[in-house]
Amino acid sequence: MSDLIKLLEKNGLVFAFLVVGVIMYGSYYISKKITKSRIPGAAIAISFGLVIAYFGGDNGIASIPAFSGMAILGGSMLRDFSIVSTALGASFTEIKKTGWIGLLSLIIGTVVAFLMGGSIAYVMGYQDAKSVATIGAGACTFIVGPVTGSALGASSDVIAISIAIGVIKSIIVTISTAFLAKPLGINNPQTAMIFGGLVGSTSGVSAGLAATDPKLVPYGALTATFHTAMGCLLCPSVLYYFVYQILS
Amino acid sequence: MKIYGVAILAVCFLIGQIMGHFLGKAFQLAGNLGGVGFAMLILVISNDYFKRKNLLQPETENGILFWTSMYIPVVVAMSATQNVKAALSGGWVAIIVAIVATAACYSLIPVLNKFANKNAKNI
Repeated sequence: MSDLIKLLEKNGLVFAFLVVGVIMYGSYYISKKITKSRIPGAAIAISFGLVIAYFGGDNGIASIPAFSGMAILGGSMLRDFSIVSTALGASFTEIKKTGWIGLLSLIIGTVVAFLMGGSIAYVMGYQDAKSVATIGAGACTFIVGPVTGSALGASSDVIAISIAIGVIKSIIVTISTAFLAKPLGINNPQTAMIFGGLVGSTSGVSAGLAATDPKLVPYGALTATFHTAMGCLLCPSVLYYFVYQILS
Repeated sequence: MKIYGVAILAVCFLIGQIMGHFLGKAFQLAGNLGGVGFAMLILVISNDYFKRKNLLQPETENGILFWTSMYIPVVVAMSATQNVKAALSGGWVAIIVAIVATAACYSLIPVLNKFANKNAKNI
């Protein structure tokens, strides 16, 4: 048994591929069969990750030697690298088509989510600039939170909260979009683009619009993709600087 | 070759990191200010340029797309390696922030939509 653990520890990254692969398979299966795709597989998989982290220690599941490779796969280098690659799906020629309203909704969506999240965090006792900015960034998407948190050097528990916020947000968006589409007037490409830019959360926006009107998915997903890029750009820089100036 | 795509991604990533690092230094703040965001912008701009000049081979693009498809799995691994035990005390913060922030963004949809329509008419 101890030989097996040593072997897994030595081949940590490869074992992490297997572990995450199994989690992804299970989560997408649950998403499709049990929730009828109402909750995105990605949101289930990330929630599952947070749950198993509970059984570890300071470094989550990676505190258990056999799972130490998870810290390499989920470390900041590979994470930031894979996040940057998602920008390939976004194109300026496309965003230009949405015009200034697409850009405006992106900026407003990022700033409003950040300020709301940051103020609530402050009121509830997270009062240092790094934590306020990380939790505020988490209110954008589950990517912007950890990217901001590790760029600024926030603590792991605050980063975990920021991931959880983004995941809960994507679940809320996915489930509520179909119900709210009518009262909010999300029935044409322009509103779908405004919706994607304001709310972000690509998985939530895509799944929510798919349940509303599949024709609107590409419009919402287009601006939502830029939301993460906008958040990663603004939150750890301008917005953090703003928070830092106020709190110091 | 796929590695060309991975190399292009690496260049964008590193330039973004350098920019973020020096921006942090310029403002005398510890940390990397917006490095990932800069890298994404650089990739979007160079991708647009490559597409216009027809320089990007599908095989090269596949090298980048592989990492795109790895992004959710990597985020799952990241979630699994956070200090969740310590974070649980802040569980309410997570739930409240998520609900309030989402509701605030939702409530702005009709406002922005009206604003867009009004301006469209003026033009």
